[in-house]
Amino acid sequence: MNRINKKLKEDGKLLSIYFTAGYPHLDDTVKIIGELEKNGVDMIEIGLPFSDPLADGPTIQESSTAALKNGMTTEILFEQLRDIRKTISIPLIIMGYFNPVLQYGVEAFCKKCREIGIDGLILPDLPFDVYQEEYENLFKKYGLLNTFLITPQTSDERIFQIDNASEGFIYMVSSASTTGAKQGFGSEQTNYFERIASLHLKNPQIVGFGISNTETFTEATEKAKGAIIGSAFIKHLTQNGVDSIADFIKLIRC
Amino acid sequence: MKDEINAPSSLGKRSVNSAYHANEKGYYGEFGGAFIPEMLYPNTEELRLNYIRIMEEPSFKQEFDQLLKDYVGRPTPLYFADRLSKKYGTKIYLKREDLCHTGAHKVNNTIGQILMAKKLGKNRIIAETGAGQHGVATATVCALMGIECVVYMGEIDIARQAPNVARMKMLGAEVRPALSGSRTLKDATNEAIRDWINNPVDTHYIIGSVVGPHPYPDMVARFQSVISEEIKWQLKEKEGHENPDYVVACVGGGSNAAGAYYHYLDDTNVGIIAVEAAGKGIDSGESAATSALGKVGIIHGSKTLLMQTQDGQITEPYSISAGLDYPGVGPMHAHLFRSGRGEFISITDDEAMTAGLEVSQLEGIIPAIETSHAFAIFDYKKFKKDDVVVINLSGRGDKDLQTYIDYFRL
Repeated sequence: MNRINKKLKEDGKLLSIYFTAGYPHLDDTVKIIGELEKNGVDMIEIGLPFSDPLADGPTIQESSTAALKNGMTTEILFEQLRDIRKTISIPLIIMGYFNPVLQYGVEAFCKKCREIGIDGLILPDLPFDVYQEEYENLFKKYGLLNTFLITPQTSDERIFQIDNASEGFIYMVSSASTTGAKQGFGSEQTNYFERIASLHLKNPQIVGFGISNTETFTEATEKAKGAIIGSAFIKHLTQNGVDSIADFIKLIRC
Repeated sequence: MKDEINAPSSLGKRSVNSAYHANEKGYYGEFGGAFIPEMLYPNTEELRLNYIRIMEEPSFKQEFDQLLKDYVGRPTPLYFADRLSKKYGTKIYLKREDLCHTGAHKVNNTIGQILMAKKLGKNRIIAETGAGQHGVATATVCALMGIECVVYMGEIDIARQAPNVARMKMLGAEVRPALSGSRTLKDATNEAIRDWINNPVDTHYIIGSVVGPHPYPDMVARFQSVISEEIKWQLKEKEGHENPDYVVACVGGGSNAAGAYYHYLDDTNVGIIAVEAAGKGIDSGESAATSALGKVGIIHGSKTLLMQTQDGQITEPYSISAGLDYPGVGPMHAHLFRSGRGEFISITDDEAMTAGLEVSQLEGIIPAIETSHAFAIFDYKKFKKDDVVVINLSGRGDKDLQTYIDYFRL
């Protein structure tokens, strides 16, 4: 069984952390992953930086630009992760935009992920229908779970389609926004969380966007299985460096 | 002729089995589609489900035609360029889009899209702009309709296109600097898309070219198709037949070209010539010749040819013309290139500037530097004496005066 599926079966609420590979320094990737696991994080999204991250707000944009300036490439990331499974056992997901994957070669990319022990991919700009028509077989061949996003504007009909096509979890974007754009939740989110819970989907949901502290983590996971933190974690790295990861996690799970 | 002018524009109506137009999923051959994050899906879906229906409503057509006639000044003349024709030993006609209100073809699209936005009940408009021409055309129609307008423009472009920034402000638009990435057109486009993600319900995004996710390339091409629709009847009046031997246009994203080619795409007797900006030379590292330098990839939600690193990072193009330095090209043009239907020629900064000066002095028309590229093909492409060559004169050179002054030390 895929590590993601195993993790989703565990009791309790999952904390997943996103970071941009190659930021703050090119060689921080393995250290960040190690610190996150050591401090009890359940799952990690490793961000493959892209020059034009459409769905991201300033924090992740700036970390991506910096990572690329530091020299991060797909090849280097794979090289850094080569022995990651000797020390790390929690699920690892690569999250990025589709173009770098397309240039690497979708099959070659999937194959490399499997060799390393990557469990899944999140590619926000690879649309659901194109995935199904062109790439689903490849992802399955290499044992990778693909995760789709839903938003408060996604219709029930489309959510059911996405639920049917998913085999891990559904990434619930908490509001109509780019990453890091909004802080805290309002009634729109509460209604949305309740609406999704009432659909009784077969895949668990993990909430992302707008989570930055214990309060928002607790709210987000009241109905959902877990939550993803990205921008707030990157801000913490920018301000406090990679040696202070434990402090950040304590702020979320106190 | 009178009947034809008064006939409602077809808004790009075409036969279903076209090899060179978008299919129902927005693909031109292998190019196009909608590679967008889920956050944008409801926005583009609303447009996709409604754009053709709305365009076919008689009230929409009527308002579009009326504004193009009374406000934009259409039909624009098809002018036989006598001295230029003599010089190059062929029959050259100029389609005078430079005479449109705001100085370029861009306004054909913004008129169409503002009417579309109204039909969809939107009360806020966003747009991206590079040199500022599309920003001005968008700010203009927003002023006309009394709708709030925000234009994203790269911080670097704001600094080098001050007159257009001032025009947008005078027209009541807010100009927001794009501070991310390379701070030019592609980043302004990213910022506009991010704004749309954050404002999915009340906002319409007026994209300025035949780029972006489906249905934008097709919708913008349809609004611009009025160019070739007019060329057809104008040429019939002048030459006795609707079809030229060649249609020539410059291509950045490719909206003026899409409009000039539109009604000729399936008529393979009409040669299609696309002129790209080679900048300082294709191999100089400072170029915007996407067909020569690009590889298949995804930019701004569309699968197309684009300039990128081996690792799939989008690179910054260069051209002396701000309107041509886009790292991608509309999917229609990628398909025209890949299928061989279009002939692609790259023109350097120097060649374009020289050609612009020549047209100014032979015909008394100062073209936009974008358009000057299209006038520089005669060293690369020889035409027969009886060939009818239509060049789309997409914009006027007023906005480029400072660049011309600096270049020629006028």
